Amino acid sequence: MKLHIASQICLLTCCLWTAIAQPTIDIEGTRRPLAPDKFIPVTLTGFSGEVEAALKFDLEIAGFNFVNESQAHYLISGSNTGGRVEGRVVEKVSKANLLAKAYTGDNARRLAHALADDIVLAITKKPGIAQTRIVFKVDTGSQSEVYIADYDGHNATKVTADGSIVAAPCWVPGKRALMYTTYKFGLPAIVQHNLASGEREFVARYGGLNTSPAVSADGRRVAMILSKDGSPDVFVADAVGTNLKRLTTTRADESSPCWSPDGSIICFASRESGRAQLYTVSPSGGAMRRLSTAGVANATEPDWSPDGGQIIFTSLMGSFQLCVIPAGGGNASVLVEGEDPSWAPNSRHVIFTRRVGTRRVLSLLDVTTQRVKDVKQVSGSCSQPGWSR
Amino acid sequence: MKVSKIVVLAVAFLAIASVSTGCKGRKPKDLTIIPGQRATPPPTPPPSGLEGTGAGRTGPDIGRGTPIVDVPPPATAVVTPPPTDPSGNIPGAGWEDLGDYLANREMFAQNTVYFDFDRHEVKASERTKVDEVAVYLKGDATVKILVEGHCDERGTEEYNRALGERRALSVREYLINSGIALDRVHTISFGEDKPAVPGQNEAAWAKNRRGVFVLLKPKK
Repeated sequence: MKLHIASQICLLTCCLWTAIAQPTIDIEGTRRPLAPDKFIPVTLTGFSGEVEAALKFDLEIAGFNFVNESQAHYLISGSNTGGRVEGRVVEKVSKANLLAKAYTGDNARRLAHALADDIVLAITKKPGIAQTRIVFKVDTGSQSEVYIADYDGHNATKVTADGSIVAAPCWVPGKRALMYTTYKFGLPAIVQHNLASGEREFVARYGGLNTSPAVSADGRRVAMILSKDGSPDVFVADAVGTNLKRLTTTRADESSPCWSPDGSIICFASRESGRAQLYTVSPSGGAMRRLSTAGVANATEPDWSPDGGQIIFTSLMGSFQLCVIPAGGGNASVLVEGEDPSWAPNSRHVIFTRRVGTRRVLSLLDVTTQRVKDVKQVSGSCSQPGWSR
Repeated sequence: MKVSKIVVLAVAFLAIASVSTGCKGRKPKDLTIIPGQRATPPPTPPPSGLEGTGAGRTGPDIGRGTPIVDVPPPATAVVTPPPTDPSGNIPGAGWEDLGDYLANREMFAQNTVYFDFDRHEVKASERTKVDEVAVYLKGDATVKILVEGHCDERGTEEYNRALGERRALSVREYLINSGIALDRVHTISFGEDKPAVPGQNEAAWAKNRRGVFVLLKPKK
């Protein structure tokens, strides 16, 4: 009974909201409840310095809580001296040895990340993310540049030095390359940037707007937003930009295309109805179809999980909120305040942007536990992250 | 008897004459009727949620005394309707190296067009500013114009980049429907990258949702 009335109120409020077009929020959406039972209690002993710091970060975002031995399910111990790290995992009750391994090398953080991934695999039976990389944009006021870094923000490397504006950087799967939008050459154009050689090629440089590149998982095709035909539309092309095909023909603007992992569907945002909503279209062409995000308004910036099961997106509801829906659409769950999410390869973690006053910071979200951790920031305003998958 | 008949006839004649003159005087003086031709492209029904940009707003026969509202001043020359795709989009200007031009931001600094939140339509209140730019462009065939589209910070980055472009394209469409050639109007979006006014309040946001005109004069 209460649910029925509540949903009617929601619907009415929805209609009023869209009619009046006020920026205030009337709909909260359904916030996913926190799940304290999802954390895995462990002890962590014997490590020190940079190795301990990196290990703690990796394990905390992976969903572990550090407790005393009486509360722990697993005992993680080890040591780090010079260029050698040793790690052990024992299941407390059964006393089973789940991991006993040593790592050598001159990069302490890299050794710690390798151990963290092995710990996560031993305990959860799933691969970790501690050795993955991200790309993002750093805005220093009048200009912005592209950076890549470890997933935790460390080892950041500046990729561009154009003194111009960049936007929407993304990885090219299967190659050591990025694509991004740059204003360096006049109108915003999409380039592919070879990280090994530093060479760049144009992917799209038409009149008007060329932005929001997204490369399919097989690395063969790119979806992007081009306004060359009179309105910002979704286009698809071969990864080098040839065989261009227009996929949307609305009078409104489309934005932020992303691919299903099997490459058969492109999901994107469009203002065709008057408000931002999610749609899908086949890369072969055909009608665009609305994707339901029931319960939340103004859906933008979708990203499809690598396992194909979920789509995460940003809802503009007064504040920006990360929300998820099943890949076929449906009821949206509100996760945390933030925007511009990108899935990790494990379909469990997400990197996103938080606004802190006028600045932006990058942050990690563990969707399972809802734990959030800011990554190490590069000086400036960091946004538009992309996770290498 | 004869005198009074003449007076009556004279008065009647004068009365008829004044009425005729009065009818002529009530015709709207500022409407140039072009026989057999529409002065603006035929109206296209706007999709739901989108206002017309003004180009499609001619009504039925304009009669005497009908006030002219919502219609851009008809050109004295015939305006050929621009090509559109089946949805009504006018093709964009092709890519051009804008480095071949000198950019003048001062000329039309007072003509900045302002938009409503999350909207891209050129409002009626903004149209005279665009009309002035059209008049200038018609007066100097050597120059082109760049329309910059901007947004306030209340959208996400790529959403705003696309919305800014859609705003610039709305202004471009208005200029083209006024008779400016397709290759003379370029668009560029800066999304929320370049606010005109800092601040996180409606007064600032209203000033940031804008279309800016940059006059392009060929370098030579």
